[in-house]
Amino acid sequence: MDLILEGIQKAFYLIFTLDAEVLGITLLSLQVSGTATLISLFIGISVGTAVALSRFPGRQLVVSLINTGMGLPPVVVGLFVTIFLWRNGPLGFLEILYTPTAIILAQAIIATPIVTGITLASIQHLPANLRLQILALGATRVQMVWLLVKEARLPLLAAVMAGFGGIISEVGASIMVGGNIKGYSRVLTTATVMETGRGNFDIAIALSVILMLLAFFVNAILTQIQQRERPR
Amino acid sequence: MNPAGDPNVLLQAEDLLVRRGGVTVLDIPTLDVFSGQVLALIGPNGAGKSTLLLTLAGLLKPARGSLLFRGERIGNGGFDYRRHIAMVFQEPLLFDATVFENVAAGLRIRGVGRAEIVRTVPEYLERFGIAHLVKRSARKLSGGEAQRTSLARAFVTKPEIVFLDEPFSSLDPPTRDALTGDLERILRETHTTAVASTHDQTEALRLGDRLAVVNGGRIVQIGPAAEVMNRPIDEFVASFVGVETVLPGCVLRSSDGVFTAAVEGGEIQAVGHLRPGERVLCCIRPEHVTISTNTPPPGTSARNAFPGTIRKVAPLGLFHRVRVDCGFDLVAYVTRQSIEELSLEEGKTVMASFKATAVHVIPRSGAGPG
Repeated sequence: MDLILEGIQKAFYLIFTLDAEVLGITLLSLQVSGTATLISLFIGISVGTAVALSRFPGRQLVVSLINTGMGLPPVVVGLFVTIFLWRNGPLGFLEILYTPTAIILAQAIIATPIVTGITLASIQHLPANLRLQILALGATRVQMVWLLVKEARLPLLAAVMAGFGGIISEVGASIMVGGNIKGYSRVLTTATVMETGRGNFDIAIALSVILMLLAFFVNAILTQIQQRERPR
Repeated sequence: MNPAGDPNVLLQAEDLLVRRGGVTVLDIPTLDVFSGQVLALIGPNGAGKSTLLLTLAGLLKPARGSLLFRGERIGNGGFDYRRHIAMVFQEPLLFDATVFENVAAGLRIRGVGRAEIVRTVPEYLERFGIAHLVKRSARKLSGGEAQRTSLARAFVTKPEIVFLDEPFSSLDPPTRDALTGDLERILRETHTTAVASTHDQTEALRLGDRLAVVNGGRIVQIGPAAEVMNRPIDEFVASFVGVETVLPGCVLRSSDGVFTAAVEGGEIQAVGHLRPGERVLCCIRPEHVTISTNTPPPGTSARNAFPGTIRKVAPLGLFHRVRVDCGFDLVAYVTRQSIEELSLEEGKTVMASFKATAVHVIPRSGAGPG
């Protein structure tokens, strides 16, 4: 019990004194996972909308793959990103293995199917005739797609939350492709793993508390927006 | 019939064929929509009314056939054409925004400037009786208010032709009645050409100048509303439109809730608080018409009695359908026994009568049908 209490005490001490290392790790986590979420939103919303609105042979299979991808194990992503970025790998020439960029890449790969799947579901849940109604209002195809996405904006917020929540707390891929290098590619989760391994439970708890607070605040803000827009 | 250059034909469909899953769901050899008129599509559920409307609106690509708008073939995926039309569906299909933003949607899509939108939208909110809801979220509207918003959104772009797909069928009867009245008034005021589908014959008669009966993906009969109602070409049309005698007329006098209307070839009395000069459609169901071989005995309560000549006697299941020419055509259902007892046959002079309360009156603003 003392261990946990001391840990929490230490955590708040580190947070309130703005400990340089903890602050650096936190900011890097936000930056990496935020960037990866943005990339996944860009790709996921485009692909999800395209698949939702089109009919082609093999569509069922594509949808199944996207849904499966929503549960992609981070370690598997970590493994394949590592192989691709390995010095002799197909993308080895980029020389980005063990950099924050590699973490962004891996996290974007994890979050994209989540965003795609949720986008697909929310666009398909719009009334079937809405697409025709928008076209009947004189819309071009681009305007039609834009208005549909706008109409699905509330469920799409869930995509942002699920995507960000999934990768800020992810550790497997980050440690494999980022290498947990101090002051460079160390993020909240990888640092927690390391400190726990060393027996530095107080710092590990501090990092965990920060991680949970971060996830809580980001979701609280998005939930606020979502609930404000929903009158009933 | 109507060459492509006919200025009265706004939209012309030729040889339309729509297939779904290998089955032909729509087969329309030719269809003309006249400028400034309302064409009502009437038919049972699944008859192909919605498919026809979507195809006419350029939203559904037919397997074969073409559409001519003002005599010109619709091309470019129908994009240019879609900027001249509007469509209202059975569901309001509003955007998750305020009533104002919803009504402004078509204008925004067309890139109309802010000043113009702020000037135009309130006018149409007013017209459809939703001015007080301007800032209300579309999610908080009642069914009737939502459909009014959808109508305002369609009309604000000043479309040259409006397609209405059973726009009121999900509303409760009083709301529906009020909305049908408003829509009719606005259609007449703005002289908007429209194609409206419905499975309600009163609605079809109130809105439609012409009536097309749709069944099994085909137009079974098309013509001026009164003509289709009075002269159904086959049993299906007869059973579906209810074989009413429909007489367009104009109110002459009115007192104590009973009015006299002039119809072609005569005057009839009916119940209703209408003012002289108002236009009406008087509908008389065949089962309410009595036929006798002498003048009605004194003391009958039938306020309408007309001498006439039997034009046609046709068996129709358990009874006969008798058409009497009284200056206008009146259809009566008569049992076989009566046919025999009164020896009713074509050419015979009879007296046809019905009560003033048997007349179903449909008020119509503006010009009469046809």
